[in-house]
Amino acid sequence: MTMTAEPPATTAPARKVVMNRAIREALDWELANDPAVFLMGEDLGKFGGVYGTATGFFDKYGEDRVRDTPISEAGFMAAAAGAAMSGMKPIVELMFIDFMGVCLDPIYNFIAKHAVHTGGKQDMPVLIMAGIGGGYCDASQHSQTLFATFAHLPGLKVVAPTTAYDARGTLHAAMRDPGPVLYLMHKELLGLGLWGTMPEASSNVPDAYFEVPLGKAFVRREGTDITLVGLASMAHVASRVAKTLEGEGYSAEVIDLCSVVPLDRKTVIDSVRKTKRLVVIDEDYRTCGVAGEVIASVVEEIGTDLVAPPQRVAFLDTPIPFARPLEKFARPDEDKLLKAAMRTLKHA
Amino acid sequence: MSSNIDPTREELLWMYSHMVLSRRYERMMDRVYMEGKTPVFDMAKGPVPGEMHLSDGQEPCAVGVCVHLNDDDYATGSHRPHHVAIAKGVDLDAMTAEIFGRTTGLSRGRGGHMHLYDQARNFACSGIVGQGIGIGVGHALAIKMKGGSQVSVAWVGEGGANQGIFHEAMNLAGLWKLPYILIIEDNHWSVSVSKDRSTAVARNSDRAAGYGAAGEYVEKNDVWGVYAAAKRAVDRARAGEGPTIIEVQTHRLVGHFVGDPEVYISREQKQALTDPIVIMRERLIAEGHLTQADADRIEDEVAQRLGVAEEFARSSPEPQPADILESVLH
Repeated sequence: MTMTAEPPATTAPARKVVMNRAIREALDWELANDPAVFLMGEDLGKFGGVYGTATGFFDKYGEDRVRDTPISEAGFMAAAAGAAMSGMKPIVELMFIDFMGVCLDPIYNFIAKHAVHTGGKQDMPVLIMAGIGGGYCDASQHSQTLFATFAHLPGLKVVAPTTAYDARGTLHAAMRDPGPVLYLMHKELLGLGLWGTMPEASSNVPDAYFEVPLGKAFVRREGTDITLVGLASMAHVASRVAKTLEGEGYSAEVIDLCSVVPLDRKTVIDSVRKTKRLVVIDEDYRTCGVAGEVIASVVEEIGTDLVAPPQRVAFLDTPIPFARPLEKFARPDEDKLLKAAMRTLKHA
Repeated sequence: MSSNIDPTREELLWMYSHMVLSRRYERMMDRVYMEGKTPVFDMAKGPVPGEMHLSDGQEPCAVGVCVHLNDDDYATGSHRPHHVAIAKGVDLDAMTAEIFGRTTGLSRGRGGHMHLYDQARNFACSGIVGQGIGIGVGHALAIKMKGGSQVSVAWVGEGGANQGIFHEAMNLAGLWKLPYILIIEDNHWSVSVSKDRSTAVARNSDRAAGYGAAGEYVEKNDVWGVYAAAKRAVDRARAGEGPTIIEVQTHRLVGHFVGDPEVYISREQKQALTDPIVIMRERLIAEGHLTQADADRIEDEVAQRLGVAEEFARSSPEPQPADILESVLH
């Protein structure tokens, strides 16, 4: 069975849509309903954004509010911060999360620290959207997820929706948040084809306002023998593996973290208290990653209840290689997760 | 640059008294900061721990600009922010309490001296050299998008002009014709490295040409020159004519930080530095705008005000760890 977030308080009919359309509809609502909202980033204007999240907005809302920028990530990220302190609600698109290398200073040294710097007296309503993830041979500088990098820097909320429904709902929730939110769009979930498409990401979404809360993990499938935890694409991979395990006679519970910060430890711990076995799949690098954090959080609470050592299935600690067999070897996938799950299930 | 824009007597006295307030503030802060840090200098000790960057000598860069600003104009300072904060009208008690790390501080003691934020005066600053250049551009963008008539001004040292953000932010400001002014306080020293050893051009104001911005160079550390250049820049910004870079040849009369051994500056170089407050006072008296008695009265009023601020900070409670996560948004 599949469980989603709370049903929306809307009577609008849901239609099955791809994720980038759900995101576009959410942004459209935000632009239409709050004059303080504006979009800023590279190729958002006539191009409509490389992920098609702003298609048609340039004509609908004008160049002022759908603002093409030069290739100046540090410049427009800092400008977003200053604008947010001056009554605007900027939504900035950092095309690939990898590009944080050229604009990390305004993000983590200013935006993320603003609440503490002001003693909580001034909001910093900046939404930073970025594409993440690999699996399509885009090599070392266009394939990373970097969940842990941003999870490690206090002050930013970090969300990586898995379905079109969650993509729309978390975007609205992020826009209602007084602080900065990093909104990560996995390229193979967007439904664009060119970056590969996981069909599970498309879902029924009402074209109306609703929120999916930040900081809440979702049980995608209930089970009793083992808990599989994933995030973004890897949550779908976990669901696929759970189906395979069902054929082998095992009942796997699947948890989609959805948010990296705040991390919903409770949902995971409650699940593992029941299953007593845990495997976490994580497309980010293995060392000091979210998978390790999830496992540590469980072990700290109920470590002695586990009947098998928990496992990490994460990206090999290497800059992401280009060649197809090398990327495939380094990246977590169904085979790797299935092996780890079986190892855990058969642990004496 | 010669100027036919002259300040009124009222403006002159405002600028002079705020220069005095700023300088005496820094001397008070130097005294307080050194409490408990002798004979062995240890930044962790005393009522004001951490680093301390004072602005003695750079006061014209602050008052000569802020005299043209209103409360709702934006000011973004650097890691050396006190003179700009004072000229922008930031509350002295709350600012001092913040520097002491007390609950009554601007940010309830979470920021410290490099992180002063006052929403009532649209003042902010940053400990990262050059960072404020981009933040100030964001304020200017918001002003323009909302159709406001305010201006956004950011202050950096000449060292900050060598940060990459200078290029990106100034290009955006010029491209979008924003009401933005960048004040480059050229005190000659990027910490310990002199301008001629750090900067490819003699005047950073020449760089304005690369961004469709106006460039102003103020060759002396005096209020009249800064006043005139800033007036032209503010007028341009409010008229929608775009950004300006103003470089002021200023003097840092003290070290980069309190405790700086200053091994990089010679005795002769240090002795050649002039004090802009002394120069201004002498000229104001010579031109009949001020008497020695007026000057003495200003000193007395400043001393009294600073006594109140210091006592306010010292008597305010320190924050308790119980609410340490309160202002973190998750």
